[in-house]
Amino acid sequence: MSRFRRLGRFLVALPPYAWLVVFFLIPCLIVFKISLSEAQQGIPPYLPLVDWAAEAGTRLRVNLGNYGYLFGDELYAAAYLGSLRLAGISTLCCLLIGYPAAYAIARAPGAWRHSLLLLVALPFWTSFLIRVYAWIGILKTEGLLNGLLLWLGIITEPLQILQTNLAVVIGMVYSYLPFMVLPLYANLEKMDLSLLEAAADLGCRPFRAFLAVTLPLSVPGIIAGSVLVFVPAVGEFVIPDLLGGPDTLMIGKVLWAEFFDNRDWPVASAVAVAMLVLLVAPVMVFQHIQHKRAEATR
Amino acid sequence: MSERQPFAPWTDPGADPLIRFDRVTKRFGDFTAVEAVDLAIYQGEFFSLLGASGCGKTTLLRMLAGFETPSEGRIFIDGVDVSAVPPYERPVNMMFQSYALFPHMSVEQNVAFGLRQDGMPKARIKDKVRDVLDLVRMTGFAGRRPHQLSGGQRQRVALARCLAKEPKVLLLDEPLAALDRKLREQTQLELVGIQDRVGITFVMVTHDQGEAMTMSSRIGVMNTGHIRQIGTPVDIYEYPTSRFVADFIGAANMFDGTVTGGGDGRLTVACPELGHDIAVDYSGALAAGAPVTVMVRPEKMAVSRERPVEGMNWTEGGIADMAYLGDVSVYHVRLESGHKIEVLRTNLRHSGDRPPDWDDRVFVSWHPANALVLTR
Repeated sequence: MSRFRRLGRFLVALPPYAWLVVFFLIPCLIVFKISLSEAQQGIPPYLPLVDWAAEAGTRLRVNLGNYGYLFGDELYAAAYLGSLRLAGISTLCCLLIGYPAAYAIARAPGAWRHSLLLLVALPFWTSFLIRVYAWIGILKTEGLLNGLLLWLGIITEPLQILQTNLAVVIGMVYSYLPFMVLPLYANLEKMDLSLLEAAADLGCRPFRAFLAVTLPLSVPGIIAGSVLVFVPAVGEFVIPDLLGGPDTLMIGKVLWAEFFDNRDWPVASAVAVAMLVLLVAPVMVFQHIQHKRAEATR
Repeated sequence: MSERQPFAPWTDPGADPLIRFDRVTKRFGDFTAVEAVDLAIYQGEFFSLLGASGCGKTTLLRMLAGFETPSEGRIFIDGVDVSAVPPYERPVNMMFQSYALFPHMSVEQNVAFGLRQDGMPKARIKDKVRDVLDLVRMTGFAGRRPHQLSGGQRQRVALARCLAKEPKVLLLDEPLAALDRKLREQTQLELVGIQDRVGITFVMVTHDQGEAMTMSSRIGVMNTGHIRQIGTPVDIYEYPTSRFVADFIGAANMFDGTVTGGGDGRLTVACPELGHDIAVDYSGALAAGAPVTVMVRPEKMAVSRERPVEGMNWTEGGIADMAYLGDVSVYHVRLESGHKIEVLRTNLRHSGDRPPDWDDRVFVSWHPANALVLTR
């Protein structure tokens, strides 16, 4: 009986794990392998890691030089920092816009909530790429935004927004806002409202009650939303590529350039691996906090 | 020996109530939760609002706390119209049914929360928190988080958090509903003890009549948004003023009938269900032909195989059901009319007399003074 049950569980768990192994873990390992190899002119554009043909027997050729190169050229550090900075600013903006939105939806009358949530998720119905392209039309010099500002008389000369970091932040905030709103909503919606009544009952005005009760209790939602925005924003390529300019230094763009322009697969792989490590760290911190919280409330 | 003055400020026409509801109505859309309620509660009372769920008792309490504003009418606390005063400015505190303890704060921080809002100096907060935790016997738990406490301990912390504020009125929303039975009975007496010691007026909402009877100085029985009767536990049990209250509180045998005559504080009522006329003490005046209901509590009736003595009301029937509960036995006697009467028999002796048993023809009797005439 229990053996059958265990077998059943195994069979249910197998497809997703098999999928992840074949399409995520193995590619990751391949990338990691390439990052340790040496570049060459040819197809593939890197030398094999294990040299079978040598007369001196089988030889393992591990090249850590690609990683050293990342430290050597300050372009990479600048690109990583640039990514972290723009992702950080975007996350903060998403939080500032997303928190009130999530709060408003969570406190809206029950009949409204589903429609409002649907509106948050509505952009997903259109392709991400098309939506980013649409922002070009809005932000460009003779675009909708400049047209509106000129018409209103707020500015006399069109602003250069497209091809700046501002455009990248706007694009990222726009694209990732739902990932901030949804976990925050889930957190705020399940909050026990009698806690706010208790706070009021004990002499606490509404805004102070928000600071003393709602805000601390929504920290898990804030963390969840921030991670969901920050992590993909760090590695973002499409938005900086389409909306950013020559000043926009982000690691996704550097990776693209190494891979396609320089055809240096080993360095590009090393960049990717370094980025993965950089992104896994905050996720692990987040999971650790979540775990501790789960322990605490058990 | 000095005679102890009974606590009954509601009998003193000169006394000013601490809380006064003046024709208070509360509507939620089309639904009227509370309708034209007049209510006066006095300093030092333990007042219970008793009723089934949806009767409006919680809405009444929430209006007192300030979470709901009356649609009509006014509420006074200590002579001040608080109808439009927000909850954070009212001299009342509420103990929530869920306790509503802040999960991210320790017991100490929870209790101190209300005092910090008042801007009390830190040293005094510390003393005050220690005192109230002492009062509810939670001294050793100051550093714990709510989730590390049992249900009974959380309830104490919630109480301490209210008491710390020294409110004029402490509101309790089903305070014992979340506790198991044994703890509940113990806590009932403890709550009364604490209330007695701190002298704060308590207003409690409950659906449990045993709880209301045990703890309250007075009870307001509510139904469909109205207060049906206000009185001491004895009043509402012994002298209900309506069929609803008689039926809601305890068990009651009720017979519909018509007045056929009367005088000298006694009515004769014809009850078709009983087969013949019965006599009931009644101080008011009712004309012959008036429809009334006669109510008799099961413990005020006797069941026996012998015909009762002259002067008692009686009827006869067969035993439809009986249950031996140890201290008492419950008999259900079916009359010829099909009407069932519930009678309680105290098991006074170990053995000896043979109590009425299945198959026995029995007489049920009661004194005219132990029946009540209800006109509503």
